[in-house]
Amino acid sequence: MPSVLLSQADIISTVEFNHTGELLATGDKGGRVVIFQREPESKNAPHSQGEYDVYSTFQSHEPEFDYLKSLEIEEKINKIKWLPQQNAAHSLLSTNDKTIKLWKITERDKRPEGYNLKDEEGKLKDLSTVTSLQVPVLKPMDLMVEVSPRRIFANGHTYHINSISVNSDCETYMSADDLRINLWHLAITDRSFNIVDIKPANMEDLTEVITASEFHPHHCNLFVYSSSKGSLRLCDMRAAALCDKHSKLFEEPEDPSNRSFFSEIISSVSDVKFSHSGRYMLTRDYLTVKVWDLNMEARPIETYQVHDYLRSKLCSLYESDCIFDKFECAWNGSDSVIMTGAYNNFFRMFDRNTKRDVTLEASRESSKPRAVLKPRRVCVGGKRRRDDISVDSLDFTKKILHTAWHPAENIIAIAATNNLYIFQDKVNSDMH
Amino acid sequence: MLSKGLKRKREEEEKEALSVDSWWLDQSHPAVPQTPPAVASSSLFDLSVLKLHHSLRQSEPDLRHLVLVVNTLRRIQASMEPTTALPPVPMPPTAPSVADSLLASSDAGLSASMASLLEDLNHIEDLNQVPQPQADEGPPGRSIGGVPPNLGALDLLGPATGCLLDDGLEGLFEDIDTSMYDSELWVPASEGLKPGPENGPAKEETPELDEAELNYLMDVLVGTQALERPPGPGR
Repeated sequence: MPSVLLSQADIISTVEFNHTGELLATGDKGGRVVIFQREPESKNAPHSQGEYDVYSTFQSHEPEFDYLKSLEIEEKINKIKWLPQQNAAHSLLSTNDKTIKLWKITERDKRPEGYNLKDEEGKLKDLSTVTSLQVPVLKPMDLMVEVSPRRIFANGHTYHINSISVNSDCETYMSADDLRINLWHLAITDRSFNIVDIKPANMEDLTEVITASEFHPHHCNLFVYSSSKGSLRLCDMRAAALCDKHSKLFEEPEDPSNRSFFSEIISSVSDVKFSHSGRYMLTRDYLTVKVWDLNMEARPIETYQVHDYLRSKLCSLYESDCIFDKFECAWNGSDSVIMTGAYNNFFRMFDRNTKRDVTLEASRESSKPRAVLKPRRVCVGGKRRRDDISVDSLDFTKKILHTAWHPAENIIAIAATNNLYIFQDKVNSDMH
Repeated sequence: MLSKGLKRKREEEEKEALSVDSWWLDQSHPAVPQTPPAVASSSLFDLSVLKLHHSLRQSEPDLRHLVLVVNTLRRIQASMEPTTALPPVPMPPTAPSVADSLLASSDAGLSASMASLLEDLNHIEDLNQVPQPQADEGPPGRSIGGVPPNLGALDLLGPATGCLLDDGLEGLFEDIDTSMYDSELWVPASEGLKPGPENGPAKEETPELDEAELNYLMDVLVGTQALERPPGPGR
């Protein structure tokens, strides 16, 4: 698999393909957004088959100081979501803990020349020297990508925003923080509607927070949100203005044989994604990824172990706070393969049809451009093969929290701390 | 804290595994020797209490982390309480006293401190109350104004005025809920966290800022002094 590797100064905090996969946006801890564009495949350079190059870089959020509460607001970009493209321009939403911004990205590759009233430098001409009129002509120029902030959606959230999701109606979007979800209209910044509020009257009674949320890809009235207790709530905005009562509650009963003090922490859902078909949901908790059928609330239809060998290490992971790490998950374009990150710069893919899975590594050492990624294996004692990694040698500081899959092709983007890897796979022949 | 996850030498790992790892497994796990739950949990209890305090000392605690730690602590606490239904489990002589003293000293105190500290989060909300615009008939749901809270008092901080020591001083604090400044979360110096019961009554009193505190707050507001913040976990 050919791979593109770029170094970025700051830790990448989110990765997102646009709806065609032509553009890939990353956000980082320093509040910057970098957009990559896929080069069209050309016959002249068959090796650069649609590789991604930097298209635009801009500062989305700056650190802010809330004087009223004497708190610093981090500029870290928590999420980026692309709007469906409606004209020549591209638009995306980026958010930090408190403020969401709508950015418009336009291209300029022509420049008008031959003004009547001003000269080449833009200075006003002496009118007495103008003897005839000319029509300005558009001349080609080097491509310039211009990014401008079109809307700033501020002051909607008391708590930290963890997700944003654009509605299929392309007019509204929602933003979720720990306790509330707001619905915004893309054109209106001074007002939002609160559609979910789980804040208890007395904060002493707080036992559960919202961890992620997403709109259904086709039904503009449906959305789902996940909680720290491992439950999913599907809500219908047509049923009530305030969607505190869920339409469906998806929850798996606790497995008594696996119960421990950490059961709740490891059941906390860190990410939820609807399948492209809209029929399933994918959730990630600390040790597993689960596929849920929207028609069945009692339990997931599929459960995949990401790194079950960590189950006996939960206490030290609790001690180091690693147990609180929030991993994301992703579907491939046909909803047949799911992917999620793990530790030691490993990421995992599960083929839902063949039930085979593979562990791959995103690191400079193991991936040279155009090299094929070698499957990795973690051994838990017993027989150990030559290239196996022992559980005790895993590097827990190298975590792959953010991954994204191209909407149609087998191209994946993996964020490994401050490095971005883009892998293009022709054939999934390495599953075992 | 993250560095604990780095690679360790194999020999160290094996040594630690014997003394530490087996304690954390559930009682029902077949491979684990029957260790008394109170002894195994007390270290986990301490660790959780430490995490809770650390989390609450953040200027803006990570609610998810906080809630998960609190819930885990409640589970541990519940498992440490002696149950009347079961016959007394033979325990090593040191264990009951350790467990009892922990429970005695921290149970009431912990509940109270957890309660008061969580209640402080209520005040974060209060400060952020935005003026509700007139609800229109049309739009469903509750609309929240996007306008920031009353900034009248803070206009005094404009660049032209510079110093705040005008007659506007009283007006500056008029609109701010000063009870926040009495809470745990606002302790500026890096003193140890005061346990709950001491803090509880203090919050009931009318908050009166003395001159030193006022000076400190003003310095922070004009930016001459940065507010001390302990580093957050994983931020």
